[in-house]
Amino acid sequence: MSSVLYDAPGPRAKRRNVLLTVVFLVALAALLWWVFGTLKDKGQLEWALWKPFFSGSEAWSTYIWPGLENTLKAAALAMVIALPLGAVLGIARLSDHVWVRVPAAIVVEFFRSIPVLVLMIFGLALFAEYTNVSSDDRPLYAVVTGLVLYNASVLAEIVRAGILALPKGQSEAAMAIGLRKGQVMRSILLPQAVTTMLPAIVSQLVVILKDTALGGAVLTFPELLASANTMSGYYGANVIASFTVVAVIYIALNFILTSFASWLERRLRRAKKSTGAVLKADDAGVAGSNATGTGGP
Amino acid sequence: MFDFLQDYDLLGAFWTTVQLAVLSAVGSLIWGTVLAAMRVGPVPLMRGFGTAYVNIVRNIPLTVIILFTSLGLNQTLGVSLGANDVETINFRLAVLGLILYTSSFVCEALRSGINTVPVGQAEAARAIGLSFGQVLGNVVLPQAFRSSVVPLANVLIALIKNTTVAAAIGVAEAALLMKEMIENEAQLLLISAVIAFGFVVLTLPTGLILGWVGKKVAVKR
Repeated sequence: MSSVLYDAPGPRAKRRNVLLTVVFLVALAALLWWVFGTLKDKGQLEWALWKPFFSGSEAWSTYIWPGLENTLKAAALAMVIALPLGAVLGIARLSDHVWVRVPAAIVVEFFRSIPVLVLMIFGLALFAEYTNVSSDDRPLYAVVTGLVLYNASVLAEIVRAGILALPKGQSEAAMAIGLRKGQVMRSILLPQAVTTMLPAIVSQLVVILKDTALGGAVLTFPELLASANTMSGYYGANVIASFTVVAVIYIALNFILTSFASWLERRLRRAKKSTGAVLKADDAGVAGSNATGTGGP
Repeated sequence: MFDFLQDYDLLGAFWTTVQLAVLSAVGSLIWGTVLAAMRVGPVPLMRGFGTAYVNIVRNIPLTVIILFTSLGLNQTLGVSLGANDVETINFRLAVLGLILYTSSFVCEALRSGINTVPVGQAEAARAIGLSFGQVLGNVVLPQAFRSSVVPLANVLIALIKNTTVAAAIGVAEAALLMKEMIENEAQLLLISAVIAFGFVVLTLPTGLILGWVGKKVAVKR
């Protein structure tokens, strides 16, 4: 096979590739050997430390499932609230009126340039000081607030890019047959833009899901990472084992979401129902502004 | 109104944020370039490794990685990265975590840059008799780098914001200072505004300048 970077390999290139493969294999094996050696030295490969995850359901029912439930709850709440808010902000940024467009732009750019963690810390203190939300619920509220503020502004950019990516002829034709501005947006632009935005929106869900872990590490929100921490204390400091299990869960969840996003992207590209270019799931390629998908932690 | 700020090392905290960002940016640019080279290279095993690394690391929350560098690498396995006092160790661990995480995004940004170069460019270059080195050095990579500027700028901005995660292992950067200030002082809105302003100052110009540079150098197709 040939790519833009190299030609189809000839006999010499083939020999070189085999050599590189062997060298790389040796380096990789040496690295793995070193990792296993260190783990063994520190006694982290003892079966006792890994046993809780494989035999019996106590570790899962006491720590992992409740943690995972909180993670998913926070992510789902954040997505459900952020999506309409982001749509409104995104459409507001495209408004014909300066007094709608400019404030929306300021809000979006402001919240996009601040770390989620700062927003979460702010939310926690805000709920403690000005509301009577019970201190048990406060971390969840704070995590969701931070995630909503940040992701709504990111989603606003996705929505804006999705609408801008549609050919100009769509809105021109709609206006030519006498539709009003609201009708053009509602019945012509949005239905087409939503399909092109779907992959980008789904991959923003990955960012939200990953960001919930911040709540566990800094705000005492009892989600998956925080419960892994307590769990490793309970089972005799099996840090490596618990973190491995938690990481695998995160990877599995996000992998499902990313695969779904790219399946959606492929399908939408093939279906060609919409006229606009399908926004890439990967980087939510926002036209002309610094974007998104590379997003949060 | 701003009196209480004198009790805190605000500039010092943001200086730590900048240090974290710069060191991690340099590190992840290097490691990310290596990964990208593996992912687009002709050796299948290296391609597989690059793909696996990116897909695994990208799907783990940064918080998990950074917390693991402290709890797992340092406290369980005794990795201290050549430092003796806790503060330096945590700082270096945070940089390590940020590099490991961010390099997967750097790799994808570079790869997306290479993918924008049409195969015809390389084919035409070979057709007029350029050698492999000339094809890469004079035709493909210059175009690839130019279209990587904007995605790389996005990664850098995300990285600046991600440095706050180092607060999870007690690195004295801006978000940790904010938490401390909020616990001790009453002016919640003022404190948040100051910290938010600091991050806006760090990220907005970066985005604007690099976005402008990106547009300027972009290859028009």
